[in-house]
Amino acid sequence: MKKILIVDDEPNIVMALEYTFKKNNFEVFIARDGQEALDIVKSTFPDMIILDVMMPMVDGYATIEQIRKDDNLKHTKVIFLSAKNKESDIEKGMALGADAYLTKPFSIKKVVDQVMELLS
Amino acid sequence: MNSIALLAILSGYLAVLFFIAHWAEKKGNSKWTNNPYVYSLSLAVYCTAWTYYGSIGVAADSGLSYLPIYLGPIIIAPSWILILKKIIRISRVNKISSIADFISLRYGNSRFLGAIVTVICLTGIIPYIALQLKAISETFHVVSKTNISSLVFNDTTTYVAVALALFASYYGTRYVDASEKRKGIVTAVAMESVLKLVFFVVIGIYVTFFVFDGFDDIYQKASLLEKFKEKNTIGGLPQAINWFLLCILSMFAIFLLPRQFQVGVIENNRENHVNTAVWLFPLYLLIFNIFVYPIAWGGNILFDGKEVNSDAYSLLIPQLFNNQTLTVLVFLGGFSAAISMIVVSSIGLSTMVTNNILIPYNLIGKLKGNEQTISSKKILNTRKISIFSLIITSYFIYRVFGLNYSLVSIGMVAFVIIAQLAPAFFGALFWRRGSRLGAIYSIIIGFIVCVYTLIIPYSLGLTSSSSTFISEGYLGNHLLKPFQLFGLDYLDPIPHALFWSMLFNCITYFAVSVSFKGNYRERNYAEMFVDINKYSTNHENAFIWKGTAYRNDIEKVLIRFLGEERTKRAMNIFNLKYNVDKNLELADARLIKFSENLLTGHIGTASARILISSVVKEEKITLPEVLKILEESKENIIINKKLTETSNELKEISAKLQEANQSLIIKDQQKDEFLDTVTHELRTPITAIRAASEILHDDDEIPEEIKKQFLQNIISESDRLNRLIDKILDLEKFETGKQTINPTKNNLVQTVEKSIEPLQQLIRNKNIAIHIESKDVINAYYDEDRIVQVVTNLLSNAIKFCPEKEGLITIQIIEKDNFIHTFVQDNGKGINANDFEAIFEKFYQSTNQNIKKPVGSGLGLAICKQIIDHHKGKIWAQQSLKGACIAFTLPKQKADFS
Repeated sequence: MKKILIVDDEPNIVMALEYTFKKNNFEVFIARDGQEALDIVKSTFPDMIILDVMMPMVDGYATIEQIRKDDNLKHTKVIFLSAKNKESDIEKGMALGADAYLTKPFSIKKVVDQVMELLS
Repeated sequence: MNSIALLAILSGYLAVLFFIAHWAEKKGNSKWTNNPYVYSLSLAVYCTAWTYYGSIGVAADSGLSYLPIYLGPIIIAPSWILILKKIIRISRVNKISSIADFISLRYGNSRFLGAIVTVICLTGIIPYIALQLKAISETFHVVSKTNISSLVFNDTTTYVAVALALFASYYGTRYVDASEKRKGIVTAVAMESVLKLVFFVVIGIYVTFFVFDGFDDIYQKASLLEKFKEKNTIGGLPQAINWFLLCILSMFAIFLLPRQFQVGVIENNRENHVNTAVWLFPLYLLIFNIFVYPIAWGGNILFDGKEVNSDAYSLLIPQLFNNQTLTVLVFLGGFSAAISMIVVSSIGLSTMVTNNILIPYNLIGKLKGNEQTISSKKILNTRKISIFSLIITSYFIYRVFGLNYSLVSIGMVAFVIIAQLAPAFFGALFWRRGSRLGAIYSIIIGFIVCVYTLIIPYSLGLTSSSSTFISEGYLGNHLLKPFQLFGLDYLDPIPHALFWSMLFNCITYFAVSVSFKGNYRERNYAEMFVDINKYSTNHENAFIWKGTAYRNDIEKVLIRFLGEERTKRAMNIFNLKYNVDKNLELADARLIKFSENLLTGHIGTASARILISSVVKEEKITLPEVLKILEESKENIIINKKLTETSNELKEISAKLQEANQSLIIKDQQKDEFLDTVTHELRTPITAIRAASEILHDDDEIPEEIKKQFLQNIISESDRLNRLIDKILDLEKFETGKQTINPTKNNLVQTVEKSIEPLQQLIRNKNIAIHIESKDVINAYYDEDRIVQVVTNLLSNAIKFCPEKEGLITIQIIEKDNFIHTFVQDNGKGINANDFEAIFEKFYQSTNQNIKKPVGSGLGLAICKQIIDHHKGKIWAQQSLKGACIAFTLPKQKADFS
């Protein structure tokens, strides 16, 4: 079973994603901010991380920087899922080592398709 | 006294003077040397040996007529504030180093005029210096009770003259630039002025109170002498005219004598020093003159019937009573008076001789031709040699001619000769039309009259020839008698010569100036002299010049005189002053004037001009053109002034604009950030709604329980969206001023209770205790709905941040001055002090966080602040022991809420 970590501070968004990925046979982990996410990845080594950008304390950009430094996580794919949809935001996200950048509001189907494509 | 001992005392005295000069030169600008008192005292170089001994002689022999020589300067001194300051300013700006330079520059940089002035000065002053040497020599012999040796080298005074010549040539030429200040000499001269006055007053007191029994005693005894009465009356109208003319003469002298010009103008450090001189110098003269009369008549009483030189009374009286100390002191005072005159005059004359005759007529030809550099040393040596030879020449004139006239008469001849410069000099200051030709002819004609009425008859007197020239007139024509020209027979020789020479001089000056217009250069300098105040800071601008000149050529000339380094420095100063690009190849009028000025101090104005014009190509400008340019430049100065004012205003405005722009940029940035945040905040609930809806739509197998949860999410997120929109609109209304408030009289305590009501459920759920601390009724004017909004917001935050257990919210309402203060305090984690202000900003981001992620909408407190601001109250966060404390004030009285 593939492991997926959902990092977002909006519970209702998390809930929708959690339901969807569980249904698609993922083992789902949840973090409400970057710090929590960094704690969880150390023990779970997820295959996929869905990462929000704007979160309190440690934001998405800082989180991916830490993740990309960790050799144990070099196979982990990261998708940004953010309401920040300017060109510059997307470029910055990709430059930091994301595998994809999806903007909010998103289509659940597209998110699932993207995840599947990256993991195949 | 033994002449060797006297010589030793003299040497010691000279050594002290050397030391003072040396010390002052080293001190440079210290307050001991650069002050108005030293300046004023140095002006007292006016009082020479003639004053010291001669006026006693005159007072003794002919009564009051010694007085006009001092009355003139005393009367004219107040005008120094205007005239002397103007002369000083012109000279400073143009780097003028002598009166010859001053006059020749004003009349178009005329080399010939400079030379004439120099010749006039030499003619007048060399015999005058000789006279001083005579005074030293004779008094030396009086004191040492020896006779003048017929062999020059056996006479001790010869060596005194040589020592003086060495002293003057050493300290007078410390700088190549003759317009530089000679602090050493000036301080020594000021010192000598003090000494000669002190010694003179001492002998005066001695004679009046020790030899005699006060002024009355002298008067009583003197009135018994022959001719006392006739000597001590002015003597009717003719004599009054004599007096008047003598006063005029001494007024001219105080400006025009080379030594006065030297100390009064060239050596002046600050124009303000003149303010002190205006009273101190006349006071000095007055003090000096108090004892002239008692000494003179005391001498007359003591030496009645004996053949003694009345000039030497001040020495003979103490000698008569065997008071050797006093005799020597008086001698030293006279010596001081003589040497300061000799030194200062010879310095002034040597500058003129080198800068106005030797360099422009002799050296300049060599300089123009080849590339050889003229070293400063060469100029300095020329000046040293001329100072030395001037003094030695004067000494020999004295030795050869004996100068058997009294001290006063030869001094007066010098005055009349120098006075010939007066029309050209004062015309230079005040009359634009005065021209070069007018100046040249007036000086020459005035001088010729002087020669006829004074110099020839006096020389005949010196050579004691038996000519009938004086008694019968030239060729026996009685109208041409030198002392009674054209039958004018009631004036003394000196006022007589002054009258006729000045009459011809002035007429010539005016007539020639009016009849023949000067060239453009004269007109240009006329403008700069007469209107010096306009040009004193940027006189280079006032210089009119047309033609082609290359900086390179000019710099080459400058380097030959100033050396590479100083030229470079000067050019840098010029570039900075006029904001000129240093790579510019062509030179303009300003640079030409600037360069001429740099050279002027070294070689005089005329030579500076000749040198500079040898490397530039000047085009002739017609006089009308100059007048036009001058007129324009006058207007330009006015326009420039206005332009400067306008430009200053513009600068201010532009600074304000920049500021405004800056704040606009900041506002723009804030607006961008605000929009970014708003869209993010709006998208978040939409995202949740969309996700939930999509699942509900696509997933048929969704369990009922979860389906309900998703539907609930959709509802709450929609509400959140709506609230957010309301708040954004609210805030927008307040910020753009569209929101109005309607204050009415309310009880704030009631309003707070009203705000708590809808929150009771939340408070109970979280088990929070809530207290209101206040009186029952506290009235204020406010819009109740809006204040409910504020209190609700503050309470919601407090509830949110209260700990899960034992939450406590305290609301305190108190009246303080004209305001009602409300404090909302919780016991949660509190607010970081750094964020006290930031939390009231829209979508505030704590400085501890590195990303915008407000808790709640991020707009609540911003709206609260707007509401309170509109009520003319204040809202702030403050330090508290535990938890957060937000306070706001409302005015008690109905404020102007517009």
